[in-house]
Amino acid sequence: MKAPEIKPSSLTDKTADSGQRTNDAEQSAFEVQAIRAQFPILSRTVNEKKLIYFDNAATSQKPQCVIDALSDYYSRYNANIHRGIHTLAEEATLAYEASRHAVQEFIGAAMPEEIVFTRGTTEGINLVANTWGRQNINAGDEILISGMEHHSNIVPWQILCQEKKAVLKVIPVLDDGTLSMEQYQHLLNEKTKLVAIVQVSNALGTVNPVKEMISRAHQSGAKVLVDGAQSAVHLDIDVQDLDCDFFAFSGHKLYAPTGIGVLYGKKELLEAMPVFQGGGEMIKEVSFERTTYNDLPYKYEAGTPNIADTIALKTAIDFIKSIGKDQIRKHENELLDYATAGLENIPGLEIIGKAKEKVSLVSFIIKNIHPHDIGILLDNLGIAVRTGHHCTQPLMKRFGIPGTIRASFALYNTKEEIDVLLAGLHKSIKMLS
Amino acid sequence: MNQKNIAEIEKEIISDFSMFDSWEDKYEYLIDLGKQLPALEESYKTTDHKIKGCQSNVWLIASYQDGNVFFKADSDAMIVKGLVSMLIKVLSGQSPKTILEAKLEFFKEIGMFSHLAQTRSNGLLAMIKQMKNYALAYQSIKELENK
Repeated sequence: MKAPEIKPSSLTDKTADSGQRTNDAEQSAFEVQAIRAQFPILSRTVNEKKLIYFDNAATSQKPQCVIDALSDYYSRYNANIHRGIHTLAEEATLAYEASRHAVQEFIGAAMPEEIVFTRGTTEGINLVANTWGRQNINAGDEILISGMEHHSNIVPWQILCQEKKAVLKVIPVLDDGTLSMEQYQHLLNEKTKLVAIVQVSNALGTVNPVKEMISRAHQSGAKVLVDGAQSAVHLDIDVQDLDCDFFAFSGHKLYAPTGIGVLYGKKELLEAMPVFQGGGEMIKEVSFERTTYNDLPYKYEAGTPNIADTIALKTAIDFIKSIGKDQIRKHENELLDYATAGLENIPGLEIIGKAKEKVSLVSFIIKNIHPHDIGILLDNLGIAVRTGHHCTQPLMKRFGIPGTIRASFALYNTKEEIDVLLAGLHKSIKMLS
Repeated sequence: MNQKNIAEIEKEIISDFSMFDSWEDKYEYLIDLGKQLPALEESYKTTDHKIKGCQSNVWLIASYQDGNVFFKADSDAMIVKGLVSMLIKVLSGQSPKTILEAKLEFFKEIGMFSHLAQTRSNGLLAMIKQMKNYALAYQSIKELENK
């Protein structure tokens, strides 16, 4: 169960291969090469070039400690949790529940019962739509989302609105990639039962003022779900301070494995909501006449959960904490500023999403060149970017574009890698013109 | 129709690409092929003619003449247009049976797409599937008419 601990001090140690270390003074406090060394995938090649991974907003790479946590679980204490009396079951249960406590602390929840493990953000949102939504949304009610939502924070509400004859309303996106707060205030009314809003846009990088938005929604009597898929890895999350009613995020975007996510819900809401899926684990007593349900959070965790990935989620959270989100953010923001400045120098390139508050991702288009062509050519240079609509088709439509090229940066990326991207873009544009 | 057989055309394409050593030159040639492919009339660029499963827009239309299937296509992405231009070179004007049986091994031999995943992302597989669907449809019509 012991995951290798990474102490911040070990990260500032001089590494052996000092020749590869950056000379940039700004990066010295945060030893990026020592961090890179912990991500085995970063040493592979793609198309005979050194991999440059700029698709972190889609999924992040995994440090060795997370990979080891999975292997360790299966090698030493794989067992089904909660009911087993034997040692392995106990060890597995302890590790699984330790992860819940780690998540509780990571997002500032009041108690572990408010942390429900899911497959990811999408399942968390669907859980709320299918339980709280079905119980509380009625004909004529309004659900308010924004124009920059990921499809996973659109479609579940659309399905619910169709079923309940409720109305889906959309807060418009302004030209700079921020939301119209004026329109938001205007759209909020006594019929608004829920505001479901993304904290950080996966396509633009915009950080939305969710705290302010939650406060306004509550004044109007609406509940708020925050889609934290992109924000959880970059921003400090305190669900009590935000006062959101639900907060959903995924593990795999914060250096944890795929297939594990979290839904936070306020206890009184989670208690009042009907169950999501039926099965083992979520019950108290079952007879053919009647079933009573388990306490929180198990009420929403039917069946054998994703034990290994849940345990490794704690390892990933510990990894982030050992470096410090503020240090990571400082490094990532430097990368964002550096990339933004470099991209702005490329003729015909236009950055989509120019909000003042952004996380470390940059989306752009190039005049008369399809993003797809750029993506293919960059791949030949070993550079992984994302091209396309980023599962935000309504947003692309809003900007009148088929899609963008998106480079998203993580703690292990470097300015040198951005230089390679910029050179690759110059080269690709030349080839395509 | 004086259409060369598929093997001959594929051999020509392989020989064309063998002149280039670097991936850059190969792609520049592919991009040129894309530029040379005549644009499809705007009236054909409809949802009906769009190929699903491509990240960029690819429109494909087919017609049937004297037992052979003819294709026209366009894309808003230049590399994809180059790919579709190669497919047209090989498959357009062939019989439905030949199209259905075509293995299109030349894509591997030109040394640009060693991984199948690459062909998925650039939409090549979806384009081939759609062309074969047209061939299958024309073949079925022909069989019905012969009955």
